Amino acid sequence: MSAIAAAPQAQTQAGAFLAVLRRDLYVTWNELPVFLAQVILQPFFLLFVFGKVLGALGYTQNGYADLLFPGLLALTAVLTSMQTLAFPLVVEFGWTKEIEDRLLAPMSTALVAAEKIVFASLRGLVAALIMIPIGILVLGSIPWRWEALPLFVAVLVLATLLGAGFGLALGTLVTPNRINVVFSLVFTPLLFTGCSQYPWPSLSELRWFQIVTACNPMTYASEGLRAAMVPDVPHIQPWICLVVLPVAIVLLTGVGVRGFYRRAVD
Amino acid sequence: MTDAAVEVRGLVKRYPRSPVNAVDAISFGVERGEVFGLLGPNGAGKTTTVGVLTTRVRPTSGSALVGGVDVVRDPVLARSLLAVVPQRSNLDRSLSIRHNLLFHAAYHGVSADERGRRADLLLDQFGLRERAASKPDLISGGQAQRIMIARALMHEPQVLFLDEPTTGLDPAARLFVWDRLRELKNRGVTLLLTTHDMNEAAELADRVAIMDHGKLLAIDTPAALVESLPGAATIELATEPLDGRPVDDVVAALQALPGVEAIERVQAQPQGNGTVPTAEAEGPLRVRLYLTGQAPMLVSPAASALGEHGLGLTDVKLGSPSLEDVFIHLTGRTLR
Repeated sequence: MSAIAAAPQAQTQAGAFLAVLRRDLYVTWNELPVFLAQVILQPFFLLFVFGKVLGALGYTQNGYADLLFPGLLALTAVLTSMQTLAFPLVVEFGWTKEIEDRLLAPMSTALVAAEKIVFASLRGLVAALIMIPIGILVLGSIPWRWEALPLFVAVLVLATLLGAGFGLALGTLVTPNRINVVFSLVFTPLLFTGCSQYPWPSLSELRWFQIVTACNPMTYASEGLRAAMVPDVPHIQPWICLVVLPVAIVLLTGVGVRGFYRRAVD
Repeated sequence: MTDAAVEVRGLVKRYPRSPVNAVDAISFGVERGEVFGLLGPNGAGKTTTVGVLTTRVRPTSGSALVGGVDVVRDPVLARSLLAVVPQRSNLDRSLSIRHNLLFHAAYHGVSADERGRRADLLLDQFGLRERAASKPDLISGGQAQRIMIARALMHEPQVLFLDEPTTGLDPAARLFVWDRLRELKNRGVTLLLTTHDMNEAAELADRVAIMDHGKLLAIDTPAALVESLPGAATIELATEPLDGRPVDDVVAALQALPGVEAIERVQAQPQGNGTVPTAEAEGPLRVRLYLTGQAPMLVSPAASALGEHGLGLTDVKLGSPSLEDVFIHLTGRTLR
């Protein structure tokens, strides 16, 4: 490619990238109620049962809701991003083939994958932000510290990128006939070993489980948000979260992009 | 930059874990404005060839250019010059038919005004106006094919690739697609289509390349390919099972009949290795005779010749040579 033609081509690719992103946003907007139901129901019920019902019945201590809430935010951000990417990707590559029109757009295959990540992150972010008013509604109040806003935003964004990385890796490695098995084998453990319902340091009594949860990168999203919102609760140091999360994102995204190329180009 | 719309040189594709090349060192060129047909049975390597040309399959070696652009070195630029209509619907099911067209054009950087104008025009042309707002979920194969062709045209590609464009369509839908493709040809769009339907190739293509087992066997205009066959007419005969009778004697007797220019054994079922077994002594004999004269005149002498070997005729097909005969002549097998 000559240098003269390279500049317009960068513009073409950026235009294609934005058009594909616009397509995804348009589709989400058109099925907004479905999207909202999809992302809100699970964390809403977790919040309601663990934060409200168990508290009202006296099974949890005061303050449990406060440490649960940041965990559920992380959970929502990770799982929504992941679900946005993984399931549709398996279907698009394996069954409907509808991704082909985008793969044939004048943009590099890596950019098609990047668009998927950006879009999934955006959805994860929106879902997590929606949880804030819901938290206030269900719990009466949520722990909030304006001074920790930068850490809050950084961890939340990393959490969505982590979910997108998981989604890209899963979505390109799983074949349609194994989709149900793999997703249940991955989702459930991810859901319960990511420290969203308990702070990590408190697991020292249950050493083996503490090690298991330390291997789930979602733990660092939950703990990072706890550091931002409820610093009095013992938590993993934020700097550790800010190191582990990017490393996990790079690894998962690397696996995902490789898988994406393998599915996109024979 | 070359002037050809498509140029393929020494193209090889071998899939991992496959012992043979799916595409085996093929070369051909397609002129601008030409309709070029890749004709061959399923598994011949047609779809793989189109896959390479449309940047979706990485070649093992060789080069492929579309609109003068190397598809391996600059796939992004190549994608802006080409469009693909695949074998199976890959329409965006989350979008309406109209939005399928609009977003496709948006991916290719067509301005918003122009997108709308082109979409309306194409929806009219392809008889899709009433369905424009509905989702492509519950549509017939013919409609999906029409929508995909309309979508492909939204960014005004230089070369349009169509993979088996009418396979599985009912006759009316097929004729509709053929008419649209002729219109495109008249407008100067270069078309490269794959097909295993010789009628389709003969109807639409300026030139046809006959492909089998990853190799190009012949490449010319349909008329020239047919003329290259020996004889002016054909007759295909099928007999009762040979039951061990000496097949060579039977074939020699038929060959000796007056007006028979060439004789070929034909297999009803295509065989994987593409060769014609010579010592198949048990089953029915099926042969094709290429004749200098009129085919009907030969039925009776042929029946007598077979009768002398104690074989009854079970089927007779008369014909003037077609692309199908070219394929049989080149491979010893029927197309399907």
